[in-house]
Amino acid sequence: MGIERTYEEINQKIRSGKAVVLTAEEVVELVAEKGVAGAAAKVDVVTTGTFGPMCSSGLFLNFGHPKPRIKMNEVYLNTVPAYAGVAAVDAYLGATALPPGDPRNRNHPGEFLYGGGHVIEDLVAGKEIRLEAFGYGTDCYPLKKIETTFRLSEINEATLYNPRNAYQNYSVAVNLGQKTIYTYMGILKPRLGNANYSSAGQLSPLLNDPLLKTIGIGTRIFLGGGRGYVAWHGTQHNPSVERGENEVPKTSAATIAVVGDLKQMHWRWLRGLSFLGYGATLQVGLGIPIPILNEEIMQYCAVKDEEIFAPVVDFSRDYPYREERDLGLVSYAELKSGSVKICDREVPTASLSSYAGAREIATTLKEWIMAGNFTLTRPVAPLPSVEAGIKLQPLPQRNPHRGGI
Amino acid sequence: MAVRQKLVFRFPPSLVEQPFIYHLVKDFGLMVNILRADINPKKEGRLMLELSGSEPDYRRAIDWLQKEGLQIMNLKQQIIWNEERCTQCGACSVICPSGALGLRRPEMTVSFDEDKCIVCELCLKACPARAMETLLENSE
Repeated sequence: MGIERTYEEINQKIRSGKAVVLTAEEVVELVAEKGVAGAAAKVDVVTTGTFGPMCSSGLFLNFGHPKPRIKMNEVYLNTVPAYAGVAAVDAYLGATALPPGDPRNRNHPGEFLYGGGHVIEDLVAGKEIRLEAFGYGTDCYPLKKIETTFRLSEINEATLYNPRNAYQNYSVAVNLGQKTIYTYMGILKPRLGNANYSSAGQLSPLLNDPLLKTIGIGTRIFLGGGRGYVAWHGTQHNPSVERGENEVPKTSAATIAVVGDLKQMHWRWLRGLSFLGYGATLQVGLGIPIPILNEEIMQYCAVKDEEIFAPVVDFSRDYPYREERDLGLVSYAELKSGSVKICDREVPTASLSSYAGAREIATTLKEWIMAGNFTLTRPVAPLPSVEAGIKLQPLPQRNPHRGGI
Repeated sequence: MAVRQKLVFRFPPSLVEQPFIYHLVKDFGLMVNILRADINPKKEGRLMLELSGSEPDYRRAIDWLQKEGLQIMNLKQQIIWNEERCTQCGACSVICPSGALGLRRPEMTVSFDEDKCIVCELCLKACPARAMETLLENSE
C-alpha cells in the first residue's frame, strides 16, 4: 500500500515550512538511491519546468475607454494586429501575429523580427507600446480612430491565455531532403544534417504525470515567471497515443490551456522569438508542482531521460505532406548527449526548448513552495485522459459548393 | 616572437582591386589563411583572415596596410553573444560550422568561444531569440 498523502496535508507542511520539495531532476537520483517507496515516504512535492517556443499563446487585453468612447474594430500594437472581434475595447493578441508590412517569406527565408510574441515580451518588460485602433462609429461609440501609447500598468487587464502549451513529448525533426529547410523546428540541414527536438524530457511537466492524475483544471502553476492556472485541456490534446510500460507517451500527446495575469509575470520567461523562414512566436516558461499523493505518483515523477522516447520525423516531405514513415524512436538521454543515431548515421542534435531554463523554473517553483509562498491545488475537474478515447481528427476536405448540406 | 592573429580587413571601394594578400606574403613573409571574403568590384570589401609570422614583420605589415587606407579590426570582437537575450536553448550549436558555439554538458548552457569564431554570421539569424549580434555594418 505504502504512503498516502492528501493535498491538505501537503499544504499544511508547506505553510509550516516543513514540506520536502525536489525538482523532477533531483528526484531521479533520490529514487535510484532509496527506491520508489523510500522516496515517496520522504518527498511531498516534485517540481517540473519547461521553457520552449509555444505558438498557441496569446493575450487578452482590455484597454479602457478613451473619451469619447470607441468600438475597436481593428487594433494594432506596435504595428502588430490584435483580434478585435470581441467587445469594444477588448482584444486578443496572438503570439504569431505579424505586422501587415512584414515581408513574410517573400524573400525566403523571411526573418520575422517582430511579432505578437515580441509585443508580449515588451509589454511585460514595462515598455511603452504604441496602440492604433479603428472603429466604424456607432451612436454609443462615436470615436473612429485613436493613436496613443500605454504601458502594461496603465490598462485594466492583460490576461495571458494560451490555448495549447506544455506538450507532453514532441517529435524530433530531421531533413532527409537535399536542401536546407526552415521550419518551426528550426533550421534543418539537408541529408540528416541535424536533428532538432523540443522538450525538457525528464523535467517536462506532463511527462512527470503521464496519465494526468494530479494535473487538472484549476491546478496552480508557474507561468511566465508568475502564478497561473491550468484552464482546460489544450487544443490537439491527444492522450490516447501509444505508451511505454511506464505510461509515458511515445509521441506528442496531452496538452494544457493555461491562464494568468500578465501583470505579475516577468519578461525573462516570456520571450519573443523569430524563426527564420517560419515566423514569430513566444517562448513560454511554465512549471507545475506535482503532489506526491502516493507511490504511484512518485514512480511517474522518477522518470528519466533514458526512459522517454520521441519519434523522428522527416520535415522535408513526411511532415508537410502528412505521409507516415517510421524513422524510429530516440531517447532524450541520447538527444541531450549532442548526437543521435538515425538511419545508421550519427546526427548532431539541438534543442529549441531550453533545458537550463526548465531547470531554473523547477528550482524557482521549489523555492516558492519551500518558502511557503505557493500552495498546491486539487483540480476542480480532471483533464480527459486515456479513458476519454479522444481521437485526433484531420480537417475534412470536401467541396463546399456541392448542393445541400 | 611569433604572432598569430585573426583580423577583419575593410577595403574602401577604391582599394578593392589591389593585391594586398600578395604583398603580405611576398614583402612581409607572413602566412595568410583566409577565413571568409566578401569582395566585389568597386564596392566596399571585407576579408576575414588569420595572419601569422614574426612580430616585427606583422607590425610592419599592419602599419603598411593602414597607411594604404585599410581599416583593420580584431576579428574576435566582431560577433557578440548577448547573454542576457540568450535563452540557453542551444539551437545555434548545430548551425555554427566552427564549433565556436556549443552546449556545455551536463549544465546544458550555451558556450561561445570567440577564438573559434570565423564570423560566418550564420548564428545571427539561426538564433530565435536574436541573442547573437554583430558590430559589422552591411552584414548579410
